[in-house]
Amino acid sequence: MSEQYMLRVINLSKFFGYGFLGRIKFPAVDNVSFDMEYKPKIFTVAGESGCGKSTLARIILGILEPSEGTVVYKGRNIYSLKSEERRWFHREVQAIFQDPYDTFNPLRKVDAYLYETAKNILGLKNSKDIEEIVDTVLRKVGLSLEEVRGKYPSEFSGGQLQRVSIARALIPGPKLMVADEPVSMIDASMRMNILNMFKELKEGEDISFIYITHDLATAYYISDEIAIMYRGVIVEMGPADEVLLKRYHPYTKALIESLPEPSRRDDWLTKRVKPPGMEVKEFIMPGCKYADICPYREDICEKRPIMFNVGNVKVSCWLYR
Amino acid sequence: MAVAARFMGRIGRLFVMLYRRNLKFRLGFTIILILLILGFLSFFSPTNTRTWYVVPRDRPPSLEYPFGTSSMGRDLFWELCASIRNSLTIAFVTAMIASHVGLFLGFMAGIRGGIIDRILMFLTDTFIIIPGLPLLMVVTTVLKRYLTIPFLGMLISIVSWPWPSRQVRSMVLSLRERTFIHTARLSGMSTSKVILRELMPYVLGWHLVNFTNTILFSIGTESGLAILGLSILDDNTLGVMIYWALNWGYALFRGIWWWLATPVVTLVLTFVSFYLVSIGINEYVHRLVR
Amino acid sequence: MEPSLITENLKAGYKLSTMEFQKEVEIYVDAVSGVSLTLGRNEIFGIAGESGCGKSTLIKVIYGYYEPSLILRDGSVRLYGRKGEEFDIVKLDRIRLQRDVWWKHISYIPQSSMNILNPTMRIRDHFAEILKIHRGMEKDEAYREAGKYLESMGLPIDALSAFPHQLSGGMRQRVVIALALLLEPSLVLADEPSSALDVINQKVVLTLLREKQEELKNTVVIVSHDMGVHGVLSDRMAIMYAGKIVEICDTTEIFWKPLHPYTKALIESLPRLGDKSKRIGLGGAPPDLRNPPPGCRFHPRCPYVMPVCSKADPPLREVKNNRYAACWLYSETVEAI
Repeated sequence: MSEQYMLRVINLSKFFGYGFLGRIKFPAVDNVSFDMEYKPKIFTVAGESGCGKSTLARIILGILEPSEGTVVYKGRNIYSLKSEERRWFHREVQAIFQDPYDTFNPLRKVDAYLYETAKNILGLKNSKDIEEIVDTVLRKVGLSLEEVRGKYPSEFSGGQLQRVSIARALIPGPKLMVADEPVSMIDASMRMNILNMFKELKEGEDISFIYITHDLATAYYISDEIAIMYRGVIVEMGPADEVLLKRYHPYTKALIESLPEPSRRDDWLTKRVKPPGMEVKEFIMPGCKYADICPYREDICEKRPIMFNVGNVKVSCWLYR
Repeated sequence: MAVAARFMGRIGRLFVMLYRRNLKFRLGFTIILILLILGFLSFFSPTNTRTWYVVPRDRPPSLEYPFGTSSMGRDLFWELCASIRNSLTIAFVTAMIASHVGLFLGFMAGIRGGIIDRILMFLTDTFIIIPGLPLLMVVTTVLKRYLTIPFLGMLISIVSWPWPSRQVRSMVLSLRERTFIHTARLSGMSTSKVILRELMPYVLGWHLVNFTNTILFSIGTESGLAILGLSILDDNTLGVMIYWALNWGYALFRGIWWWLATPVVTLVLTFVSFYLVSIGINEYVHRLVR
Repeated sequence: MEPSLITENLKAGYKLSTMEFQKEVEIYVDAVSGVSLTLGRNEIFGIAGESGCGKSTLIKVIYGYYEPSLILRDGSVRLYGRKGEEFDIVKLDRIRLQRDVWWKHISYIPQSSMNILNPTMRIRDHFAEILKIHRGMEKDEAYREAGKYLESMGLPIDALSAFPHQLSGGMRQRVVIALALLLEPSLVLADEPSSALDVINQKVVLTLLREKQEELKNTVVIVSHDMGVHGVLSDRMAIMYAGKIVEICDTTEIFWKPLHPYTKALIESLPRLGDKSKRIGLGGAPPDLRNPPPGCRFHPRCPYVMPVCSKADPPLREVKNNRYAACWLYSETVEAI
């Protein structure tokens, strides 16, 4: 059965309980759907902290089970895989996490994880084969086994350690990488190296990326497509250029206008934006989640807006009906 | 089995490192070593320490009787050796059972979660709530005829396993959320490997400290029971020695201070030494885990 | 330019003890290595740099806040109050600082608002405490003053009766700024004031800082690793690298024509919306401040490195009018070593 899409996220929701006894449920991810084709792309999920993007990443990775909806990878529902198929899934889909110093156990040597991945997922048994492949992959990220062998995470700089983390994820030869804020803890001067590496991996090794971030500037730099999330909902989705430059949804507009832009120093102050209010309340609102602070609010916004097509972009806002 | 050997190897290396670097550990361990030697000597005791009137009574410490003799007619030195041996045996049995049962159950509850966690925690909390000493008092009274040294150790472990169970469980729960656990999973590591390689290094340090503390707890509990007359009174333990000296012999009133001093000082030394060891391990582990 | 703060050759760092080959050794982390700055009244001065460059340590030394392992090796910090009072911060002890200097002449806004706010006190009591100690106001009068003050800053009055955890992060940060500016000090130090906030709240907070500075005409020092923040806020800037100041000049000039190779690399690696041209980052990593490299601390990573750079540390010199750079590229005579 040939599938048109490599990854399909269908009506995904995840509820967390809070309050006394965890009775009140709030949706961290609220009915999210998107597709990724087989053609290698960098798909960004952008939003502020708390918008649900990290939760979404974990569900896609198979780490967190959703409350509703499905994730279908190459035709198979990833939450009903048997153990053999799980191994296949980990070969195909890998992850890069935000904090390189927590990605590895501070008490273990870093190369241990590289060997483990080669042994368990690729099934290599011969230690020479294992070392060879680990060295090859490390060289792809600008390091070598010599430099990495026998060292603990604290002996590396943030940028180096993140590269080791990328190398580990590359060993199985994945087709999809989920990168959760991979450069937010890296110094500005070293971020670009890593982001450039993502681009090279996409083009050279045909790997697709789901790039999770709150930094729209880096998102613009590497994304092909982008989805903007707000309080668990995708409010706008489409080709990165169009979404970030045209800014159809009021939230996207507010976001971009709040970015400190040195060249527009003087009029940066004059455009006032209203900050979001109490967080949990907004998650549970029945209608459009942005309505509370939206300058374009109307009566119809009490109902959840559906996705409208504006050019190549999908926008979830009644303004475009 | 290779796993067990590796485990032992790791602990061995840990001990050597601790001995060299940590003063408190060195001090405590040295005293324990002396106690162990004394306990071992008890196997070569020339007198029977369980019978009465073996040697002249109430002799103060001298060259012939280094710690003197008691009103029961026993050579206190040899009685002390036997007591040390028994007290430590009880304590060791308790610690082995309680800390490992607690470790195992804590892991089970933390890793599996769900209904297994709830059942285990219900059990644990039930035992935590029941006051330990009164429970033991009842049990030792009822089972008086069946009490032996190892059995007494097992009984005390009934009240000491819940604490480590809860602690290990909460350690496991908080470690589970760390990113490197996800990395381990994505590296294809099986659950048992994750437990061993990722979680154990963190838990092990605490486990050793807990083991040592359980030894302390057990010695203290047995001594407490003994002084109340609820231990194995016709055998030798530190607590039993104190019982006889205090309650039957009125040692202090009659000026036979060496009879009471011997077990009391030894008990204090035992406590202090294990405590120092426990602190030493704790300091070292804390530095490591930071 | 009438100065509000002068630091001279500040040298400070951390004394740590670690285990090395089974012996305890004491090492010194050279976090601030000879920093001299002169700040004028009525300006927003930015200090930029990446993690580990020493900017947070510098701020703490200027404020006079020494945590257990932070020590001052050399240098002086002179603060000038609104009416010309002079304070030699380095020589004052903690008690004098708390009584006479902090909050009144110099304020500190930390990265996390919860470092200043007491979780067991309502917001209005935070204000009352300051007003009572420094202005001798009674509680009710202080509450009224606080209410008026918050209103003037555009903050809702009902924030006064709340506890810190009941407010959102952005609101808390604005309250902290309000507290810092309450007694109208001549110098305000803000250490990453908006890094912990989302983009929209960041704009609100930074806008507030700028507006208040224009109103009070005091000196505000913004420490941030985010060049964008400096771009919209700072009038003048200093770039720090590995404990040293490598460039000082007007913000607009730094973005247009950076002088120091590190600044150049930093600007070049910033992604900008609307610009997809390839960005190149810096190779290597910042030096280990326990053993900094000889000569210029940036030379191992510098694309323009010359032989002299590994031998001698370039001093911070005025290159053009009011533009300073610490780089041998801009030295007419390089003394042969």
